[in-house]
Amino acid sequence: MAIIFYMASAIAVIATVMVITRHNLVHALLYLVVSFLAVAIVFYVLGAPFIAVLEIIIYAGAIVVLLIFVIMMLNLRQESVAQEKQWFSGKIIIGPLILASILLVEMLYILTSGEPAGLSENMIEAKAVGMSLYGPYVLGVELSGILLMSGIVGAYHLGRQKKKVTHRFLEKKEE
Amino acid sequence: MSDLVWLIPGLPFVGAVILIFGGTNLPRRLVPVVGAGSVGLSALMTLFIGFEFLTATPTAQSYQQVVWNWIEASGFSVAFAFHLDVLSLVFIFVITFVGFLIHLYSAEFMASDEGYARFFAYLNLFVGFMLILVMADNLLLMYLGWEGVGLCSYLLIGFWYLDEKNGYAARKAFIITRVGDTAMVIGLFILFKTFGTLNIAGIQEQAPQLWVVGSSQATLIALLLLGGAVGKSAQLPLQTWLPDAMAGPSPVSALIHAATMVTAGVYIIARTHVIFELAPIALFTVGVIGALTLLIAGFSALTQYDLKRVLAYSTISQIGYMFLALGVGAWSSAIFHFMIHAFFKALLFLGAGAVIAAVHHEHDMFKMGGLRKKLPLVYWTFLIGAASLAALPFVTAGFYSKDQILWLSWASEKGNNWLFLAALIGAFITTVYTFRMVFLTFFGEVKTQVTRVPGLAINISLVVLAILSTIGGFIEIPHSMGHVQMVTDFLSPVLPVTSIRPGIESSEWIIQLAAAILSIGGLLLAYFLYMKRPSLHFKIKNSIPHLHSFWLSGWRFDSLYDWLVVRPFVYVANINKNDPFNGPYNGVVRAANFFHRILSFTQSGILRWYLIGVVIGAILILTLGIWL
Amino acid sequence: MNVIPAEYGLILASVLFTLGLVSLLIRRNIIFMLISVEIMLNAAGIAFIVAGSKWAQPDGQVMFIFILTMAAAEVSVGLALILQMYHQLKTLDSDAANKMKG
Repeated sequence: MAIIFYMASAIAVIATVMVITRHNLVHALLYLVVSFLAVAIVFYVLGAPFIAVLEIIIYAGAIVVLLIFVIMMLNLRQESVAQEKQWFSGKIIIGPLILASILLVEMLYILTSGEPAGLSENMIEAKAVGMSLYGPYVLGVELSGILLMSGIVGAYHLGRQKKKVTHRFLEKKEE
Repeated sequence: MSDLVWLIPGLPFVGAVILIFGGTNLPRRLVPVVGAGSVGLSALMTLFIGFEFLTATPTAQSYQQVVWNWIEASGFSVAFAFHLDVLSLVFIFVITFVGFLIHLYSAEFMASDEGYARFFAYLNLFVGFMLILVMADNLLLMYLGWEGVGLCSYLLIGFWYLDEKNGYAARKAFIITRVGDTAMVIGLFILFKTFGTLNIAGIQEQAPQLWVVGSSQATLIALLLLGGAVGKSAQLPLQTWLPDAMAGPSPVSALIHAATMVTAGVYIIARTHVIFELAPIALFTVGVIGALTLLIAGFSALTQYDLKRVLAYSTISQIGYMFLALGVGAWSSAIFHFMIHAFFKALLFLGAGAVIAAVHHEHDMFKMGGLRKKLPLVYWTFLIGAASLAALPFVTAGFYSKDQILWLSWASEKGNNWLFLAALIGAFITTVYTFRMVFLTFFGEVKTQVTRVPGLAINISLVVLAILSTIGGFIEIPHSMGHVQMVTDFLSPVLPVTSIRPGIESSEWIIQLAAAILSIGGLLLAYFLYMKRPSLHFKIKNSIPHLHSFWLSGWRFDSLYDWLVVRPFVYVANINKNDPFNGPYNGVVRAANFFHRILSFTQSGILRWYLIGVVIGAILILTLGIWL
Repeated sequence: MNVIPAEYGLILASVLFTLGLVSLLIRRNIIFMLISVEIMLNAAGIAFIVAGSKWAQPDGQVMFIFILTMAAAEVSVGLALILQMYHQLKTLDSDAANKMKG
């Protein structure tokens, strides 16, 4: 099982690197799907089959599809790729890269400084997760419901297409 | 009996009110009638009340009249009350009579002036306040009069306010006298704290019981009161305002800056003599100040060009004599000299005013000359005044009053040789500068045209004052010449008789002889220098130019104060102009502004900059977590 | 079959998180920035799963589900905002939306 974990991890990291270096949005999304799938395998190996499935359905499925929908709606053409290339110049990445590596080094230092510990090999089944969700975490579930509801309402409101889009304070006069 | 006492100061106030509110609406002829008339009535009232007071069958020491209760607040009560005794009677008499004569003189002298009514309003106001000063029953009411006359002095010095110089002189007088007044007010506070009352009679009664002779508190109070007296009476070290006060019209100089107001210091010391007697150090200081002042002012007077400035310095010098007399405990001599001085100095100032008006407002004596023929009456009266000032023996009033001071400065128990010597030298200098003034102005060749000959009103006042300056002295004649002691006896209910060192009474005639010889010697010296050999005094002047300019500028007191007080003040004011104390606060504002600018720079609107901030924050927190 | 050390799972999470962070910092395209946020959220989720696995408790998975929910809501609202921004500014450049500049 360990070898699967290492392979999936490697695939996830490589795919993510590919995601962040693409100029074309759709290519990036395809690599993202690969990355999510690899992470799903990692989850399965770590003993969370239910989460692995959710990862595939919601991340690789719903969220990526949503992004692709939006890209289609925006109707981006070839020039956006050129634009992306122009923005993505070599010089600009140095500073963020340095900062991010400092952060990474610090995190790794913290992670490796403790006592090494093995992971348990027991699967945690969906039933246990469900019992926990509707047991001690029921309040969190309710709040998640409210969050999703407001997400839907917000998305609907923001995504509405008006003929003339100006802020209501700036509108001249409406009949 | 004298329920009408309040009318004495009341009448001039009524006149002032009429003149202030009538102003230019009054017919011009009516102005002097109201102005001089109110003071004249006041003078008549004084005669009447004085007569009644002195002839009252049970001889009264003093008479009080409470007009109304002025201040009444939890244990502190001050009545608006008048106090009449022989001392205030002398002052009232001088103020009202000399005041009336000067009003009469002004009626003509100021007739063509634009501010005719204003002038008389101020004069009346002054006389009213001065009367309140000398008649006050308590020290607070006296202080009201004290400040009132200061105000009038300020208004009248700056009477011709269109000339900036006069305004400066007025402010100088006001501010410098205020220095002394502050000391006096502090003295009053301490007095009230000690006695719980400001009533003069009460304080005089309680003081000897409360303090032993030489007690430090009595000394302190006496010195503080002396501070006020020094400011008002233009004595060392606050004498510098008086020569500049000559910027006012001549009648003002005569009334306020010679005859009455400047002697208020003498009055207050005489009035509170009980305190001063309990403080021998303060009393000795009074004498020393008087002696120094009379010398300094005398030497300055020797060098002046301006006729009125000579008289101003001479006034300072003569008040120095009065202080000297007070200092040696010769109370009644001081008052006697005050009275005689009021007569002859008013006469001299009025004469000087007439001369200056006659020669087209020329003040420089060296540009006058030969006026003896042109203004005979002014000449004769001026000569009588000058003789009195110089104390020419036997015929002048000044001789009798000054001689008494000379004698007592040596013979009194509190006197000593040095004070006597100063007084003697002063007497000699007085004669020299007096006759220098007379010779330069009235003798010699004619240098200017006489444009204005004085009329009836001026002549009357001059003549009356000249008569008073002569016969006024015969009421007090020394032992060796017949022994008349009207003034001393008259004042004895209020002022103690001077005690004389035993066994020296017989030598009085030596002093008198010395004074007479010095006085005549001074006259001869002045005659020799300014008439016989006029070139000689120029030669003397040129041989000691520094000393000459030193004396001309009044011993450089003005520069000293400029250097000592004015410049540091201006320096500090200049620093304060930039508000140094605001600096730190402005610094806080500037720092806030600076940081605001820096912070607002970080609000760039570029999302990734914010993210960089978040990352840096995360790094910092992790670093802290690792290290700690 | 050897045991996977817990650190390795966490290292994977850290690496993915940092990659997402780098992408967030270097990209100007706002859709890419949204994708980067998704990567970072996913990485956080991995950390929870690893922790849950180590202690053999379901709580880590519960947390992941909450994160998932949050990510879904966030992406829907975020995409709606992107649409609006594109319509108003005619660009996906995040630097163009700097009207709040101080």
